[in-house]
Formats: sequence, C-alpha cells, structure tokens
Amino acid sequence: MDLTFLLNGESVQLSDISPTTTLLDWLRETRGLKGTKEGCNEGDCGACTVMVRDADGARSLNACILFLPQLQGKSVTTVEGLAAPDGTLHPVQKAMVELDGSQCGFCTPGFVMSMATAHTNGDTNFDDALAGNLCRCTGYAPIVRAAEAASLEPVPDWVGPPTFSLPKISSGGTGSAGRGADSPPLWFAPESLDQLAWTYADHPDATLVAGATDVGLWVTKQMRELGTVIFLNRVGDMAWIDVTDDALNIGAGVTMDRVHALMAEHYPSYAELIRRYGSTQVRNAATIGGNIANGSPIGDNPPALIALGATLHLRHGDSQRDLPIEEFFVDYGKQDRFPGEFVEAVSIPLGQDRLGCYKLSKRFDQDISAVCGCFNITVEDDTVTEARIAFGGMAGIPKRAARVEEILTGQPWTADTIALAWDAWEQDFTPMSDMRASADYRLNAARNLLIRYFLDDIGAQTNVLEVQP
Amino acid sequence: MSVSRPLPHDAAHLHVTGAARYVDDIPTPATCLHLAFGLSSVAHGEITAMDLDAVRAAPGVVAVLTAGDLPFANDVSPSIHDEPLLATGTVHYVGQPIFAIVAKTHLQARRAARLGQISYDERPALLTIDAALAAKSHFEDGPRIWANGDAATAIAEAPNRLEGSLEMGGQEHFYLEGQAALAVPGEDGDMLVHSSTQHPTEIQHKVAEALGVPMHAVRVETRRMGGGFGGKESQGNALAVICAVAARATGCPCKMRYDRDDDMTITGKRHDFRIDYTVGFDDEGRIQGIDFRQYARCGWAQDLSLPVADRAMLHADNAYFLPTARIESHRLKTNTQSATAYRGFGGPQGMLGIERVMDHIAHALGRDALDVRTANYYVANDSDDVTLSGVSGKKKKKKKAKALAAAQAALQETPYGQTVEDFILHELTEDLVEDAGYEDRRAAVEAWNAANPVLKRGLALTPVKFGISFTLTHLNQAGALVHVYQDGSIHMNHGGTEMGQGLFQKVAQVAATSFGVPMETVKITATDTAKVPNTSATAASSGSDLNGMAVKAACDTIRDQMADHLAKKHDVDADEVRFANGGVMVGEDSYTFAEAAKSAYEARVSLSSTGFYKTPKLEWDRIKGRGRPFFYFAYGAAMTEVVIDTLTGEYRMLRTDIIHDVGSSLNPALDIGQIEGAFIQGAGWLTTEELVWDDQGRLRTHAPSTYKIPACSDRPDVFNVALWDGENREETIYRSKAVGEPPFMLGISALMALSDAVAACGEDYPNLQAPATPERVLAAVQRLRDGL
Repeated sequence: MDLTFLLNGESVQLSDISPTTTLLDWLRETRGLKGTKEGCNEGDCGACTVMVRDADGARSLNACILFLPQLQGKSVTTVEGLAAPDGTLHPVQKAMVELDGSQCGFCTPGFVMSMATAHTNGDTNFDDALAGNLCRCTGYAPIVRAAEAASLEPVPDWVGPPTFSLPKISSGGTGSAGRGADSPPLWFAPESLDQLAWTYADHPDATLVAGATDVGLWVTKQMRELGTVIFLNRVGDMAWIDVTDDALNIGAGVTMDRVHALMAEHYPSYAELIRRYGSTQVRNAATIGGNIANGSPIGDNPPALIALGATLHLRHGDSQRDLPIEEFFVDYGKQDRFPGEFVEAVSIPLGQDRLGCYKLSKRFDQDISAVCGCFNITVEDDTVTEARIAFGGMAGIPKRAARVEEILTGQPWTADTIALAWDAWEQDFTPMSDMRASADYRLNAARNLLIRYFLDDIGAQTNVLEVQP
Repeated sequence: MSVSRPLPHDAAHLHVTGAARYVDDIPTPATCLHLAFGLSSVAHGEITAMDLDAVRAAPGVVAVLTAGDLPFANDVSPSIHDEPLLATGTVHYVGQPIFAIVAKTHLQARRAARLGQISYDERPALLTIDAALAAKSHFEDGPRIWANGDAATAIAEAPNRLEGSLEMGGQEHFYLEGQAALAVPGEDGDMLVHSSTQHPTEIQHKVAEALGVPMHAVRVETRRMGGGFGGKESQGNALAVICAVAARATGCPCKMRYDRDDDMTITGKRHDFRIDYTVGFDDEGRIQGIDFRQYARCGWAQDLSLPVADRAMLHADNAYFLPTARIESHRLKTNTQSATAYRGFGGPQGMLGIERVMDHIAHALGRDALDVRTANYYVANDSDDVTLSGVSGKKKKKKKAKALAAAQAALQETPYGQTVEDFILHELTEDLVEDAGYEDRRAAVEAWNAANPVLKRGLALTPVKFGISFTLTHLNQAGALVHVYQDGSIHMNHGGTEMGQGLFQKVAQVAATSFGVPMETVKITATDTAKVPNTSATAASSGSDLNGMAVKAACDTIRDQMADHLAKKHDVDADEVRFANGGVMVGEDSYTFAEAAKSAYEARVSLSSTGFYKTPKLEWDRIKGRGRPFFYFAYGAAMTEVVIDTLTGEYRMLRTDIIHDVGSSLNPALDIGQIEGAFIQGAGWLTTEELVWDDQGRLRTHAPSTYKIPACSDRPDVFNVALWDGENREETIYRSKAVGEPPFMLGISALMALSDAVAACGEDYPNLQAPATPERVLAAVQRLRDGL
C-alpha cells in the first residue's frame, strides 16, 4: 500500500515499507535528516519530538515510537523544517539562542519542536508542554524563560498557514502490497469500524496499533516481529465523543489529550490524573482504548474507569457486547477478549462527582504509577451509601478494594470508619515489590490515600502541588 | 574585551536548527558497518560454552568477534588493565560485553546480539557493600586511612557524641546522547576515530594498544558530546576500540552507538556509598573530633575508583574545620557495573557525609542547623583587613608583616594539611541569609508546620567548598595550538572537549581578547589528538582553567611576535603596539588585524604557536593523605525550601536561592547555566534518581521509563541564582574559577530541607537516606510518628 504524507512541506510517497519502521529511523537512516535525535528510543526523553499536523491541528509526537503508516495524510515538521526558508529562526529557536536554552544541544531539537508546537497552539503551560522532554544540562530554567519570551511573538507566517494543504489520501484503506517471500509484513489501515471489525475477524492474530506508545516499545526494545499489523489511525468512526445527560461515551480511538479536555469539564480529578499520564507527546498519540485493551496492571485509566462504574463496548465482526470494565481484566496479561474482538468504546456514567484520583510515582510528570488509587464514595446524610475504590499497581490487574468498600458501606463517613478498614487493605491487596516501590510502600500509601480522600472531602490541604512558595 | 561578556554558547544556533553534528550524525559511506555487544546475563560466572551460530546466521551480520579474535590488547581500562573489552572466560557483572556483532545496520546488530547462547558456571556474586566487606573484596590492599590528630580521644572527651549512618545511591549520567564512536580506516594501518569522549588521548592510547600500532597511527577527533558529566571519561573506550578493531578487520568504517538500555546496563555510574560516622562536639555544635568510615561500591573493575574515593575523603570536611579527624575509605569490588567518574568525582559523597553530620548535631542539640554549620566554618582570611592605626614608618611595615604572618598562621588547615587561605563562606552565607530571608522564612516554616497536620515544610542552607585540580598531579597540564592566517582569521585548538559546558566559547573569548579581535574572527575547531597531544580528560572542572591558560599562552606568543615585527617596522618599542577593537595601533599608525597579519606573514614571521600550561603550587601524597592537592577552592551556598506530604511521601521544591563563587567570570551567562543545571542534577541525585538492582545483580532501572531524572516541573517554583562578586586570589585565567562540578553539591540543600520537613513529624532524628524517594520520605515520617 502506498503511503503519502508531507515532510517539511514536501510530499513524500512511499511504497513497500515495513509497517514497523519508525519515523525516527526513517528520517535519520533513509532521509539523512540527522537533526531529530534518538535519546531513549522509547518515547520518554522527547529528543525525537516532531510536529505533526492534520485537520485537527498541530501536535507534538515522539518520532521514535511512531510507525510510518500512522502518518498517512498528515504533515510532519522536523527541526530542519522549522526556520523560514531564508534561514530566519522561528521565535522559539531565536529565544533559545538568546536566553541560553541549550548547553550540550542534544535534547534541543526535541525541545524546540515541543516549544514550537505549543507556540503554534497558543499553549503557555510550559511545565506540561515540556514534561515529555528531558534535559540533563540546563535544569530547565533557561528553556522555560525562552518559551515564555517566544510566547510573546506571533506565529510566523511560514508556520502552518490555515490553508496549508494536506496530501491526498489514496482510497481503499484495507489490503496491502502483494506478499512475496521478501515482502514486508502484511498491514492494514481500515477506514471504518466495520472494515476494522471484518479485517480483525479475518486476522485475529494481527497486532492492533493505535497510538503505538506501548506497541512501539515491543518493536524498539523487545525487538519483536509484530507479524500482521492493523493500524487504527484511519478508522474515522472510532474517535468520537458523545455526551448525553447521563453518560460520557468515548470511542476507543480518542486520544488521551482529548480525554483530558473532556474530563476537565466533568471529572476534574480524573483530568488531573490524565495531566500526569505520560507526557504531552504521549497523550497526543495514546488512545483510551489502547490503554484499556493492553491490560496493563499499571495503566492509569482503568482504576478511574472502574471507580466510575464504566461500561466497555466490545466488538467482534458484526457482534457487539458490553461488560462492566472491571470484568475485562481477568488476570495478569489476560483479558476477557476473544481473538479478533476489540474495544470499540467506553461509557462513563455521569452523576454527582465524588471521584478522587491519586497517582503516586517517583516523579510527578512522565512517570508510570507505583500506585494509582481512585475513589468514588457516595455519602448521604453523613453515611457511606456506595463505595467504589479501584487501584492500579496493587495487583496483577487493575482491581477494586472490595473488602474495604464493604466495610465502609453503611458506616458514618468519619475518620473512625476509615480506621475500621485498616486490616481490610491486606485482604484486598498483596502488592509486589519492584523498581518503582516496595510492597510495604504500596500498601501503606494505598491506606493513606483513603485518608487523603477523606481529608480532601472535608477541605483540608493535602496536595503538595497546590502549595505556593 | 570578549572575556567576561555573557555571550551565548558558540553552537547555540546549530543546536536549535538541528545542524549541530554529533558522532552518529557524521555522514558515512554506504559501506559503513554497525556494531552491537552481546552481554552477560549473569553477575558472576565462568563461561562454559558459547554458541554464536544463530548470531552469525542472523540477517545482515558480517562478522562476530570474541576475545580470541582480538589481535592485540584486550583491555579498555583507564587504570590497571583489569577491564577486558570482551570477556575472557569469566564474567563479572550483568551487562558485561562478551561478543561483538558487526552488521550492515544498527538494528540488525542489535537483533543479532540477543541470539547468542551462552552457558555459564555461575559463581556467588557480591552485589552489596556488606557482601563485599564480608568477603574482604577490596581494591588496593584494604581500606585507605588518613588521620589528623587523635580523633578517638577527642570524641571520647567531647561533651556530646553521636553515631549514625547514611546510605547514598549512585547516579546514572543520563547524557542525552548515548555513547558513540565511529572508526574510519586509513592507509598504511592508520585509524581515524570519532568518539563522543571527554578524553580523546585515552581513546587514542587504547585504540593504539588494541591495534598494535604506535599512538601516531591513531587520530581521535571530538567536536562535541551530547552531555558527558564524567560518563564519557573512560566509558567510551569500549566502543572506540571495538570499532577500530572491526574497521581494521573488515576494511570498512565501523560505527557503534549504545541503545539507551544497553548504555545504562553496560556503563558505570556514580559510586553509591555508605558513610558511617562517630562525632564528638561541644554544646555549640562545634566538632572536636570525627571518625568517618566511607564505603564505596566500585563495581567489578578499578576504573577511576581510587581517585574518586580519594576525593570523597578530601571533601569529608566540606566547609568545616575538623580539629581531629580519622577517615577510613573502603573501595569495594562488587559484581556490578564498574562505577566511574561523575560530576564531583566522589566529592559529593564525601561532602554529603559531613552535611549529614551537621544536620544530626543540630537536631541533637535542638539548634538551628545553619547556626551549627556556621559555628563549624573555617576561619575567614582577614589578612587583607589587617589595619594598624597609630603606628608609623618602618615600624608599621614591620609590625604589619608580623600581624599578617600571625593572621596567616591562624588560618586553619584541612584534615589533609592544606591551608584554607581564601575562605569566603562567612560573607557569602550572610549575603544569602539576607537576600533569601532565612530568618523570616524559618519562622514561617515553623508556623506552617504547627498549623498543618498533613503537609510539612522544610528549609535548609548548605555550603560548598570544592577543591580544584586533578589529584593526580601530572594531569594538571594542557596544550593549545593557534594559527593566525594571512587574512587575519584565527584557528584555535586546545586539548579540552566540549560537552555542553561552553568551554569552547569561553576559551574563544580568551583568544579574541588576546588579539583584541571580534569573536567571529576566532574559529573554534574540534578537539584533535593530531593537533594537541597528550591531553588530560576534560574533567575535574579544569577545562577553562587549563585550556584557557594554554590558549592564552599560544595567542600571546603570536601576538608578541607580531608586535615585535610591527615595532621594528615602525621603529617604536614593542610595548607601543596595541591590539584592540579588531585593529593594531603602532605608535601613531594603525592597521586592521588582517593587515597586521599579512604584514607579519610577508616579513616571514611565524603566525602559529603552541601554548602550554601547568598548574602551579601543587604537592600531594595520596598515600599519606598530606599536602596541597588543590590550587584553590570554589565556594557556594544554596538555600532550599520544600514541602512534603506525610501521607504519601510526595514532595516538591518550592524555592531555591543560590550564591555561587566563580571568581571573575569568563562568561556569566554560561556560568549561571552551569550552576542552574548542576543544582537540579545534584538535587535529582538525592531525590528521584534511584538505581535499583535485583538480587541477581540485574539493574532494573535501565531506561528513562524507570530511572527518573528531574523533569521540567521539578525545578523549584522560585529559582534565584547569583554570582559571588569576587576574583580568584590565585592567578588563574583572568582570575576566574572552575564551575563544572562545585555547584552540583548545592543540591545537598534539597535533601537537608526534606530532612528538616520530616523532622517536623516527631521527636526523633529523621535519618533520611538517599535518594529520598517518596517511599523513603514516607518511611522516615512513619518512623517518627510511630516513635520507632
């Protein structure tokens, strides 16, 4: 299948590509564009950041875990394409020079691209915009000063005029180049849910790739051959959001960046959890469906979704089924999903917002949770009427604190009640020790998070992020 | 004058456009081959069988090399030849290179590396300090001990006494550019090596040994590194040597770059330490005697561990006068990565030991930790202030000399016998206390902590006194090569390497100042072993001190020759020839610099010169631990305020204020950049950066997904950095001071502030260990709250 996209304004057409060739390798090895750097090859350092634009606007993405087919019909800008054709520097480049934002310079192209994307979008929350870019030299202060200075400058006319034209997409998204012995692996890019459902039903061993923020690492780190790949980026009717009076319905293909914006309106605590989910680049790529379907015990969406009582919509061929999301997670590495079946959407009940989400990790930004605890405890007349408590990082799956919930329910909403549940935590969870935290820390912190939820509920100050110097 | 101006980094415009070229960006011919290592999967064992058939058969593989295939030396050690490039029978840590793949692409080499079938006869592995101590597994013949006075008696007779122990983790360098090298074979056995290294001469030396050729057959070039921090002082040897060997064997250029996970698995890190202490002190907190036991986990090979451990001993005093001291240093050999140089080179570990003691003493006495610190400071050098009123004439002179001598005599010595001549920390601390409002904020912290049960604040001010010079005295030398071309443009080269610190810019400013020309007249060129030989590593913060002086010497030689020529031509004295503003004034006449250069060329005057510098005044016996290892000290102090969550152990730095001494700055913008970056890196070492090995000796934190260096939002909300206004009392390049390492240790203030916040949770001493991850902070809080 041919692939068409814009690279620094020029149309690129590729055929017979390996579907798991990353943009970074292709830029550096095939195109000889060496400005985009490899720092970690797993989407954690941001040295490979590029700007990708389509009809929805400009996004920063990590080129190291971005497969070429994901770029179909999009416009890619690398650091080489950021300055004006006459060499005039982009305002963020100019500010980085003038305000000493680079030292060794290796992370700089990635920072510049994140900054330019934020600049294009008018985003001035630089701590978040730059959370996915690591710098080991500067301590960040001069970079943020440069970002602030550049934000006062207008978007240059050579960057993304509103009329910029995207490459024409060839129609017929399913199918692939003919397969000889030396042909690259088979890959598909269905353009509708129906096409996806049939294609996957026909190829139940295929790997589904949405944002590739996890699958990318299977390739770059585990050196796995993915075999047949089905890319979801062109499935138009999978990335919808439908808000009704009593539910948020979210297509599996909605990126975490969009989920963040949605939750900011409805469940702010969930939005704050997502703000710390990966980084800007990761949230721009990752989808809510991908985060659920990969079944990780440390994904950050499932605990929140379980606490909210969300329903998962699964699809296989022409058939659909629904199930409470916690039932999807059967065991470590095992989900209630048939071969060829995929997550189509998730529905979240709307009601009184009692949700409290807490993500504990060594570092606030761009870190995988050691413990992620989500509490949704309904209190009427000072009595707990319903408790839904779910944790990531405490078991082989995202899991409810069933015994703790049981003890709390029907009791007065007081510190004494919380103390009553003390021993129940050990009945609910037997966490493990690993490089992120010990079992002791996980259990202690989980217990304390219920205290924190209670204190938050009564208005005590508990969040170090809200303390001003 | 270019010197002292806050000019941007010379390559900044290349950095921001992606045009700055690193080793992996150098265009290579299509024949270039790519290398990867096959690694040991066990921490200690004998290799009993090696089946590499699948590796050889893998797509794209051109050759597979094992130890037996190496034609000459199989060694990449920077010290005692104990570090085989490829394992020979025994493996000593998980991640040790056993075989090398030469393949057509980087990806093919990486894929093939996983296909080796190695069988081992596993041996017990020493993974921890305690295991190595129990097995008496030391480098050198045992612990090194330096003593000054009778510390045991002083401790016993002191009014107060404390004991304690502090563990501090290592640190991954996390240079953004991983290790990389490219070897290009030349004619007649020559080899050109591009290496991301802080030490081109050592690369040259090791490559020459491995190829069985003299050093003159190997040329090493380094334009820049994407970060070094000490991690490219010796850790690049393996890549450069294997590339050179493979290039010789295949006749093709060979390139190797470590994937990030391989980089973190293979290469050494900062030494983790445990420091046990016993201290005797008076009721003001003044130390009477102290006994430190420093335990350094050095890993499997010696590398640079001896001087690292020496420097930890040399900074066991930090800014404090220790009347008696005994320091015992254990350099422990373990089955882990060979710990290596890292910014501060042991100094941070030694310094953290005494800062912990200060914190502990203050807690025990119920005194403000700042009072205890300043009470222990070395005395100030007041000799400049000696005034004798009412005495006149000869008598005054004589008396003044006597008073000066007395003041000098009253100066205190470090435990290793170096007089502390320019102790400026009293004034610097006073300024910081004033500027950052220590007293008011101390009160505010106490008020906050009384009012808030969950969130506690902490505040700490910690000083730095860091010794400048390589402790291996002969390394304190540098060379330069400067050419002036007949068009007046200048080519500048020296032995230092650029890793982001702005060395090239600073030194170019020195050169431009010598000739009185604008910056653009001076061309900065890549470090090249064919231009300047026998260089020392760019390390020990010495880059500008050494290379700045060497370049100045070269420039001054050429300038003096030009001046002599022009003076003769115009029949004036040479001192009437002045170089300024891009021109040369000769008496009443004037030339552009280019005209002056052309004139000198046509008069057959040499316009090229080497320059050389060696640091004066050094005298050091590392076995006895006595002498003057350092030319001078660099100083600084930081005050940091934090807030912790006592339910989860989470915390944030709220504000940091720093005053740091760089002498008379060569470039204030670059110096402030070094200080800001070093502080964050130092704070990262003691907070979020945790290296975790499992009980099989496997490093579990081998990528940024699991090893967490500070991110953008981790910097303090308020972050003020100021330069101390003063010049170096020693004759350094334009009276500046070294800046690379000293401010790293300002990060200690973050740990001490966390300790202060935890202390608000109970009566006991927090005994906070490092890195103080949220888990360790919560554990400390719970110990205090449970009264355990």
